[in-house]
Amino acid sequence: MMDAPGTPAVALRDVTLRLGGRPVLDAVTLAIGACEFVGVLGPNGAGKTTLMRTILGLVQPERGTVQVLGRAAARGNPAVGYMPQSRVALPTTRLTGQQMVAATVRGERLGLPSAGHATRAEVDRVLGLVDARALARRPMAEMSGGERQRVLLAQALVGRPRLLLLDEPLISLDPHHQHDVIALVRHVQLSLGITVLFSAHELNPLLGVLDRVLYLGGGRAALGTVDEVITGPVLSRLYGAEIDVVRLHGRIFVMAGRQEVAHCSHHAGASDDVRV
Amino acid sequence: MFAYDFMQNAFAAAGIVAVLAGVVGYFMVLRGQTFAGHALSHVGFTGATGAVLVGLSPLAGMMGMTVAAGVAMGMLGERLAHRDVAIGIVLSLSLGFGLLFLHFYTAFATQATALLFGNVLAVDAATVWTLLAVGILCLGALGVIMRPLLFASLQPELAEARGVPVRGFGMIFLAVVALATAACAQIVGVLLVFTLMVGPAAAALRVTGSVGRGLLLAAALALAEAWVGIAVAYVTDWPSSFWITALSGAAYLLAVAAVRG
Repeated sequence: MMDAPGTPAVALRDVTLRLGGRPVLDAVTLAIGACEFVGVLGPNGAGKTTLMRTILGLVQPERGTVQVLGRAAARGNPAVGYMPQSRVALPTTRLTGQQMVAATVRGERLGLPSAGHATRAEVDRVLGLVDARALARRPMAEMSGGERQRVLLAQALVGRPRLLLLDEPLISLDPHHQHDVIALVRHVQLSLGITVLFSAHELNPLLGVLDRVLYLGGGRAALGTVDEVITGPVLSRLYGAEIDVVRLHGRIFVMAGRQEVAHCSHHAGASDDVRV
Repeated sequence: MFAYDFMQNAFAAAGIVAVLAGVVGYFMVLRGQTFAGHALSHVGFTGATGAVLVGLSPLAGMMGMTVAAGVAMGMLGERLAHRDVAIGIVLSLSLGFGLLFLHFYTAFATQATALLFGNVLAVDAATVWTLLAVGILCLGALGVIMRPLLFASLQPELAEARGVPVRGFGMIFLAVVALATAACAQIVGVLLVFTLMVGPAAAALRVTGSVGRGLLLAAALALAEAWVGIAVAYVTDWPSSFWITALSGAAYLLAVAAVRG
């Protein structure tokens, strides 16, 4: 199961991606190593979701190659776990956490849904990984946002993936629950020794856990440590505008003119990244 | 009451259709496609009246039209299935065409009433056999795709990433919904298919958190509502469709109250 040392979890070579005619990535080359925790940041529409869908093999690059764990990106790769951006769903059903996770255990096979021993064991294992065994019998509709995220994370861990793609798992969570989700993902990442790509609107909640940050913008990408990437010159190049980076009491603020960038794009509403 | 052939046919037809409607309806509610199912039944009205006009069987016309519309809906994608305005317009347009065909057929009011509100006591033995074949076909198809369909219904993006042909299964499911709707209209009419397809399934989804138990409960509720409705109609001489809707409504309200209370 272990990868040969040096095999990157994700390797993009000269990749150009388009979404609806608009370039999202333009001739980008980068490599994300095994067992890294990488924060994927950038303004709305910068292509965070599109990049994840490309790694999953759901979007084909216009040019270039995408390698995932040493092989060409392909749909249905069991080594890649995915937690899509959560939408408002299932408000009136009482399906339990156990049933939600069970539906994803080899859910791609034909036939009747499985309630067998192997399925139950796998559900129990992944719920245990995210410390959510207590949620197995609770209806999803009655869970808090943070509890629901635990169940969705458990779904992503079904099948023992070695690369985990988490698309905006902090969205619509309050700061306290944001902290819990980040700590949980870091714990899972370290204890399983897997690679995590974690996209987010804001950098600050992630500062303590990130190995590196991947910042997308204007068709370009910058990958490096926070100190290397979150700088005025690098971000100005990505945004195509004058950007200042202000550090204050261990927090980082990305400013365009007098406004904070992450906040103003967050409230802009119109977004290509949010798929309804 | 079982001494009469027409009552035997009514119970047999209602039993087949109820089990089918309960199971198919469970997935319709889970996928948020109940309104799409409602629209399909109205399209079926056009098919049935059009078929009568050219001298074909209304059931054949209805099934042909609903399946064609269901597959078309599936091809246009999930987005359309959730678009209330587009579905509403198709729905009323279909009823309008159905009315036009009835007008050309000249004053066949009983036919119209039977199509709109159902007439389970008029179901003949040949129709029972047709419904049995349709029921087996639909449940068989659903049995084959049920596992990936459940996955795609609960987590469409994850299912797509794992290699489930989400769009394809969505299309097969809407074809099954279309056939089930046409079958259901034989019992309670096109205007009331909701009562057997959505009522029991929605009640079951509120009461149990397990998919397996939910499917069984939806089918059992639909079966009980259909059979008790026909029996009470036999005794009271009120229309069976009325009793089935009354029981379906009561069961749903009880489910809501039971969970709240």
